[in-house]
Amino acid sequence: MKQPTTPSAPRSRNRRPLIRRVLVRPAGALSLGWLVLLTVATLAAPLLTTHGPLDQDLGHVLSGPTADHLLGTDNLGRDLLSRLLFGGRSTLLAVGEALAVFLALGVTLGLASGFLGGWVDWLTVRTADLLFALPGIIIVLVVLSVFPGNLHAAMITFGVLGSPGIIRILRSQTLGIREELYVAAAKVAGLTRQQILRRHILPRLISTVIVQAALFAAIVVTIQAGLGFLGLGAQPPDPTWGGLVADASQALDRAPWMLVPSGIPLVLTVLALGSLGDAVRDAATEGWSVSRMTAPTDAPRTVRDDRRPAGTVTTNSTRSGTSALLSVRNLSIDIGGVPVVQEVSFDIAPGETVGVVGESGCGKSVTSLGILGLVPGGGRVAQGQVLFDGTDLVASPAARTQVRGTGIAYVSQEPMVALDPMFTVGRQLGEAVRRHERCDRREARSRVTELLDMVNIPDPAAVAGRHPHQLSGGMAQRVAIALALAGRPKLLIADEPTTALDVTVQAEILTLLRNLQADTGMAVLIVTHDWGVVADLCHRAVVMYAGQVVEAADVEEMFARPLHPYTAGLLAANPHRAREGEPLPTIPGTVPAPRDWPSGCRFAARCELADDRCAEPVTLTEPAPDRLSRCVRSQQLLAEGTS
Amino acid sequence: MATFRLVVRRLLSSTPLLFLVSALTFVLVSLVPGDPARTIVGQHATVEQYETVRRQLGLDEPLPVQYWHWLVRVFHGDLGTSLFSGEPVTSVLNNRLPVSLSLITAGTIVSGVLGVLLGLLSARRGGLLVKAVDVLALVGLAVPAFWFALVLIAVGAVRLRWFPVTGYVPLADDPVEWGRSLVLPVLSLSLSAVAIIAKQTRDSVLDTFGRDFIRVMQANGFSRRSILYRHVLRNAALPLVTVLGVVLVSLLAAAVFVETVFAMPGLGSLTQQATVQHDIPVIQGAVLYITILVVLVNLLVDLAYSRLDPRVRAA
Repeated sequence: MKQPTTPSAPRSRNRRPLIRRVLVRPAGALSLGWLVLLTVATLAAPLLTTHGPLDQDLGHVLSGPTADHLLGTDNLGRDLLSRLLFGGRSTLLAVGEALAVFLALGVTLGLASGFLGGWVDWLTVRTADLLFALPGIIIVLVVLSVFPGNLHAAMITFGVLGSPGIIRILRSQTLGIREELYVAAAKVAGLTRQQILRRHILPRLISTVIVQAALFAAIVVTIQAGLGFLGLGAQPPDPTWGGLVADASQALDRAPWMLVPSGIPLVLTVLALGSLGDAVRDAATEGWSVSRMTAPTDAPRTVRDDRRPAGTVTTNSTRSGTSALLSVRNLSIDIGGVPVVQEVSFDIAPGETVGVVGESGCGKSVTSLGILGLVPGGGRVAQGQVLFDGTDLVASPAARTQVRGTGIAYVSQEPMVALDPMFTVGRQLGEAVRRHERCDRREARSRVTELLDMVNIPDPAAVAGRHPHQLSGGMAQRVAIALALAGRPKLLIADEPTTALDVTVQAEILTLLRNLQADTGMAVLIVTHDWGVVADLCHRAVVMYAGQVVEAADVEEMFARPLHPYTAGLLAANPHRAREGEPLPTIPGTVPAPRDWPSGCRFAARCELADDRCAEPVTLTEPAPDRLSRCVRSQQLLAEGTS
Repeated sequence: MATFRLVVRRLLSSTPLLFLVSALTFVLVSLVPGDPARTIVGQHATVEQYETVRRQLGLDEPLPVQYWHWLVRVFHGDLGTSLFSGEPVTSVLNNRLPVSLSLITAGTIVSGVLGVLLGLLSARRGGLLVKAVDVLALVGLAVPAFWFALVLIAVGAVRLRWFPVTGYVPLADDPVEWGRSLVLPVLSLSLSAVAIIAKQTRDSVLDTFGRDFIRVMQANGFSRRSILYRHVLRNAALPLVTVLGVVLVSLLAAAVFVETVFAMPGLGSLTQQATVQHDIPVIQGAVLYITILVVLVNLLVDLAYSRLDPRVRAA
């Protein structure tokens, strides 16, 4: 019979079997070792013990560990090791019974609910939710009052009561997998439901089932011991783990030692099951969510190759000289030991607007946050200076804290998550105002109204009383700008302030920023990938590619004659310049990740003009006054243009 | 008004739980091997005497009718009489309720305060404390409350003699002794709760620290203190409230063991005794009380959530 071919489930490459991945983890190996050892010892108890669990040695009652009784004896002189091992059998049986019911119900209903949907799903979810709210032990006690001493009934009940947990988890996972492309494809390829379940869904759920089973078994061991302790399990003189603890409780004053053999194996077993569950979960998900940016792995190969003596790039400070409000010099930033921004330099004069341009992943946002000393993802400024009003913010954390809000303020990309959802607009603005102005509540309130007025919010009093979730995106961005203005900053850093907004709102926000700058005379550093924004607002633009500055110039000159092929490519790809009926030109390829930066020109792989010289590190040069370019052909481009 | 509506809605939606639990209990009880009427009249009674008792007990009627009669009686505050002591079940339960409430309230406060403090410290300091909280979370969940209680008694009561070994002194009798008699039970009850709360606090504080608005506040010069204690804590409290609800329900269950170990006359130890004695009416009553407590806890969680989260408040 011919099987229809189906796309196979996505699998990570080089994956060893789950059991090996669990065993290489110390916690996984130790836990599994203990559980196997215990199970074997329990099953082989008659072979391992010299005393029977019921043999009384009245000459040695309540003794501590001796050569004859390795774990001591109880109040009747019975050997504790023997009672522990024989008692483990009832624990094993109880775990088996409860797990069987738990898994049978949990896997069946979880799969059915997630895979079939409809009324099956509805009924299962409702029932599971109801059962989930119950304290299981109480219901088990009811069962035991009806069926005295019947631990089987108790454990089966407990299995039922525990199943809603796994049902919920498996249901949501099945739902997720069902929606995935390859299952849809499998359906089209003509597989039956059973085949889809068996081949595509079950294998993906196995690690989850194991994790849930281990965690549930841990609870069962505790509960079974608890029932034994309460005298509701097997009746004396039969040994149970809980019964051992109860025996110990009768001799607390005379033989506290008994707490050790009666309790520690119990604790270790529960611990082993719990950490086995954790180990399986970690092993199953390893490598899934490790971000390339933050993984602290081996140092990248190429980074330092192209390092030049510090200072060669400070040429572009010639323009504004010492009068610069902000002067970034050779700023390098690492995240997780990987450099993501390298030797970035630029100046901003008072009242000037500078745009930082580039595709996503070029280090624009990281640079703007680095100025404030707030590198995300546990990163840090590795070297360089950030001179603000002549003070180096990298060298002085105190100055950095001082300057935030009052010297340099910040507006982020996503207005909807830039405000604390728990507090009203008025409370948040008021807090900023009172922090910066050191005024009383009344003055703060009028300043808040003033700020909201400044950002053109129609009814400041009403908006001040709202929570962020009651604002539109544009409104939220206005509030975020008002928040940034609270400290009367000399420089506003705006990180893609319009990207998340509707086009019409974008224009309003840009107009607002331009007017604010005209009114307050503050400088603006605007991070963007939109040339429209640059043309609209900026005096100068700095183009970044793969963590480096590749070009910096006055906006008009840059638009007229870009001196780096990357700038030229970006300008050509600008939708604002698109001509009707012609496809929008794009730059082929993507920005390389920090790990993959070549030692030569980082843009060479995507560049039409690349030649042999581009394999060597390229320095930033000044082909024309106040113009910087990191391209071997910059002189040629200056003379001939890019097209 | 919105709060009132929320309370009503929550109470209505928890009615199915109450019916489910009481029906479940009722059906289970009807499965009891042996015949209560036969037990009462004895082996030598006549068929007529036996039938009379059966009718009196309502045992000749179909199960749903019996359940209905039981429900009607419950709504009139009649949970029957204890087979063991002959006392009305409601008065037995009402006498025991304050003990359990003291224990669980104190346990919630202790585990809440300790757990949140530990979690905060671990989130702020990092390093060793992070490991410590992880270990505590593992161990705290692995150590059974009843065994931990015995260890505490062996050390704190038998050896050091700081606290009474067992027993409970009502608050009205002697407030100081009341406090002393609660220390060890509350500690044993709180171990696993502290572990869960500490881990959850740490995780949600760290999670909140990574959110955009915190970075915006840092960048715009908000003070560290305000960011941590006003903004991060307030946001981290939301998931914590949900966890706290789960923890409270688990404390109700753990109270069965702790009250038994410390011989405290609460609802939990009552359930245990009634189970051992097969005192069915008491069991039914205790289950009903405990389920009502669960419903109330969930209601409190929802109310706290809606107080804390403006998005829910407005909805």
